Formats: sequence, C-alpha cells, structure tokens
Amino acid sequence: MRFLRQRFVDLLVVMFGVSILTFLMIRLIPGDAVAIMLGANTEVTPERIAELRARLGLDQPMLVQYLQWMRDVLAGNLGLSIWTKRPVIEEIAAHMWPTIQLTLLSLALGAGLAVPLGVAMARLRGKGWDAALQVGSVVGLTIPSFWLGIMMILALTAFAPGLQVLGYVPFSEDPAGNLVRLVLPAIALALPILANLARLVRSAMLDALQQDYIRTARAKGVPEGSILFKHALRNALIPFVTSAGIMTGYLLGGAIVVEQVFAIPGLGRLILGAIAERNYPLVQATILVITFTFVLVNFVVDLLYAAIDPRVRL
Amino acid sequence: MATASRHKPPLLLLFAGGGVALLVLVALFAPVIAPYDPLAQSIIARLKGPSAAHWLGTDQFGRDLLSRILHGLRASLAISAAAVAIALAIGGTIGLAAAYYRGWTERILMRLMDILFAFPVMLLAIGIIAMLGPGSGPTAFAIATVYTPIFARLLRGPALVITESDYVSGAKAIGASDFRILFRHVLPNLASVVLVQTSLLLSAAILVEASLSFLGLGTQPPAPSLGTMLSEGRNFLMLSPWSAIFSGFAILLLAFALNLLGDVLRDMLDPRLRGEK
Repeated sequence: MRFLRQRFVDLLVVMFGVSILTFLMIRLIPGDAVAIMLGANTEVTPERIAELRARLGLDQPMLVQYLQWMRDVLAGNLGLSIWTKRPVIEEIAAHMWPTIQLTLLSLALGAGLAVPLGVAMARLRGKGWDAALQVGSVVGLTIPSFWLGIMMILALTAFAPGLQVLGYVPFSEDPAGNLVRLVLPAIALALPILANLARLVRSAMLDALQQDYIRTARAKGVPEGSILFKHALRNALIPFVTSAGIMTGYLLGGAIVVEQVFAIPGLGRLILGAIAERNYPLVQATILVITFTFVLVNFVVDLLYAAIDPRVRL
Repeated sequence: MATASRHKPPLLLLFAGGGVALLVLVALFAPVIAPYDPLAQSIIARLKGPSAAHWLGTDQFGRDLLSRILHGLRASLAISAAAVAIALAIGGTIGLAAAYYRGWTERILMRLMDILFAFPVMLLAIGIIAMLGPGSGPTAFAIATVYTPIFARLLRGPALVITESDYVSGAKAIGASDFRILFRHVLPNLASVVLVQTSLLLSAAILVEASLSFLGLGTQPPAPSLGTMLSEGRNFLMLSPWSAIFSGFAILLLAFALNLLGDVLRDMLDPRLRGEK
C-alpha cells in the first residue's frame, strides 16, 4: 500500500510540473508571442494584438492565468484554436486515432516479435554469434525510422507500383485498406523496439539458463520447450515490461516523424501544422495531452511491475 | 583489462572506435575533403546518379551530394556534440550535487529532472523549437534540455556509491571543499559511466537532430544538413532516389558507429558485466 501511495504522489507531482511547464510555453516565447502568432496569418495591428491578448487571457497576472487555465484543462477545455476558433480538443480528437492505432500496432509488432526472436537468439551462443548479434541489434536500434520508411516506399514502388500505402483510412470504413496503409509505418517505427527488446530477452534468457532452478527443471525431465518458454522467459518479464513502458515515449515521439513520411493525418501532422501557422494554443494542448498519456502509461507499467514482481510489496 | 578482452574480442572495439574516429575526422576536415562547394548549384547537372565527376550524384539544384553529405555530417556532429556537452555539464552537475548533498537538495533537483523526463523526447524538443523558432541553435538547445535529466539520473546512482566511500569521508575530514571533493574525487571515478553514456546519447542525439531537420525544424536550407537532404530527396524519390538513399545512410552510419562504441565500451567497463557470459 505504501508503494502505491508513493507512486500516486509522484504521479501528481510530475503531472503538476508538466502542466506548469506546458502552461509557461506560450509565456516564455522570446518577444511578443501574440504579435508572433498574428504575424503568421494577418497584418499585425495594436487592436488585433490587444484583442487576442485578452482572448488568451494574457493580460491577467501569471498566477490567475495558470489557475484559470488549469481549471479549464480539468474541465476538458484546452482552449480555442487561434485561426479556426474551434475548441482545440476537437482538433485533437479528430487526429488522435491514426496515432493511437499506429503506436499500438508498432508496440504489438515490436514486443510480439521480440519474444520469439530473443529466445531464438539465446540459442546462438559463442564469440562470433555474440558479436554478430550485437552489431545487428545496434543497426536495428539506430536505423532512422523515417529513412527506413522512405526506403520501403521506394522498394514498393519498384516491385508493387499499384499498391496504395500512403495516407490513412479509418478501420471502420475499409479494414483491409487501413491495415495495408499502417503496416509499413508500423514496421519502421517498431524496428528499434524489436532490436532493444529482443536483445533484452536474449540476455535475460542466457542469464536464467545458468541458474540453479533451470538445472533442477532439466534434472527432473521438464521438456526443453517448457524450460525455455515457461521457466527462463519469466526471468525476462520484468525488464521487458519496464522497457516496453519507456518505449511508449519513443513511439509517441517517433510517430510524429513517421506520420510525416507516410502522410498519416495524426497528432504529428496536427502539431507540425500548428507550429507552421504559430497556433500556439493547439501546440500546447497537443503536448499536454500526449505527455499526460505517456505519464499515465508509465504509472500503469509501474503498477504492473509491482503485480508481477513479488519483491515489490504493495 | 586482459580478462575483459578475452571475453569480448577487441575486434569490435577497434571496428567501432575506428569507425567513430574516421567519421569525426571526415566531419572535421569536410571543407578540405569535399570535392565541391556544398552550396554551388549547376543547372545542367540536376538529379544525376553517381558518376566519376559526382561520386554520389547531385540533388535537385545540381549540388554535389558527396560534398553536401560531408558538410551535413559535420553539422550533425557539431550540433549533437554541443547539445550532449551542455546536457552532460548541467545534468551531470545536478546528479553529482543531488548525490552529495542528499536531503531536500536531492529531492527537489531530482523531482525537477523527473518532470523534464516525463515528456517524450521528440515532443519536448519540438515544443522548445516551436517556442524559439527553427534553426541549429534552438535544435542544440532543445536536445540539451531533453538529455539533461537523463545525465542527472544516470550519474546520481554511481555518484551516491562513491560519496559514501571512505576516501570521500577522508577528504571531508581533512577539510577539502565541496567543489574539490565533487570534481577531484567523485567525478574522475565516474569516467567510465560518462564515457559510455556520452557515446550512447550522442548516437541518440544524432537521430533526434536528423529527425528535427527532417521535419523542417532544425538546420535551415540551404545549409547542408542530413535530415533536410533526406526530406528534400523524398520529393524527388521517383526521379532520382540518390539524395534520399545516401543522406539517410550517412545518418545511420554516424548513429550506428557511436552507439556500437558505447555498447562495446559498456561491456568492457561495466564491472557488473565483467566476467559474465
């Protein structure tokens, strides 16, 4: 119970800090943020500056601004888009599904393939294999996802020119088209995760296979498959879950870049479009929503961790 | 060292270290090695494939790709190295101070680091650049900010172990100043951790820098930058894929060599791993 309470307090502190930093974003812009925002689309006049400043509440004292902003955020009101004057929460809702789907698909792909791959890699032992697998996994870790994406598009236009892989269609409208379009971006995004997790599984397996409990299992005649998958693999579970949680941050950030390569209208395109037209309330809200999601995912991972590992007392 | 090298052949270290050294030299001497001016345009030699005159071909303005890639490597490395150096200086100091002073200092410093660490790396970097405007300077500042909490967290743990050791108590007993203890006695013992993590984070910083340039937020055209070249090359993919192929490969090469070096060094220097396998 103490662990849970402590983690919950940590969560609140971090969310509070994230909210302050995100709140300060517009206020810390060097120069007159309002003039900069207006300059993207219209002629800047003192009346327009005064009007937008009042609309964004920037004419109030800082503390009042923060409290009002926080009250609005908690009520689900993340402000209005500067140009369309639509609530930014609607813009975010309209763009979040492609990103959520891409992130989950990549996580499933990376984590799902990492287990069999890592177990297979654990069987390849010796100096030569160690070095080859190390080099291979470092390539997987460092291959730029956006380059890999572009190279896959290039290869596909050479071998299957008719196939439409760019853009996005909702799953509910065209399930096959949806998956065909998401599979390449998911591969590009998942490769570093696969490399990282497969390697982790391999070293945890090698570690476990030297332990006494595995020798005991062998001695009493447990089949080899069961030793590998049931006894040894369990050893990899805890670092696996922790890493997978941290990876969500990479995925949410990487999705912004990969969406750009495959023309997927997700949160990445939304935030980049918002930056281009200096629609700061929208940039701010998107960052807040994604970061809160990431913080909550890690909180859940910590709880899972406690549930899996009996050494962490609840 | 002799036992470590028996377990891990130094071949990989030579491979990774040699690769990094070569790339750093190429980046340093890019202005000397590059056969052409990276900004010189040529209307008649646009979007050409590799040839004797242009080893890697030319881009949409007829600029020599090899020269642009060499200068791009230089820019990537300079921005990433500056960013990682700043992150190490600030984050490292925070980690050391937290480990040495403990108590409230530690709690407040590490909480601040937790808050910065809570943002996904790319997202925080993009947010910072959204505020400051695009360019190499803001990119370096953004990368430095996202890696500061990582260095603070990485160095705090090992620093804790060292500050509890007898020789640090001894130094305290003879009246050495905090500054002297931290930088003369604690920091040198963290050299291997710093070396390994700097190499790994430099590799990650290269990828973040390239991503930001790819998104149009980093180094601005016409200055040669690997990420920008890749994003421009993408528009001419069907006409001439060379720019996209080579610029991306250069990013991979640089990130790969640095990451492998960090990885091999970690295996050799990490006492917990020594003698295993």
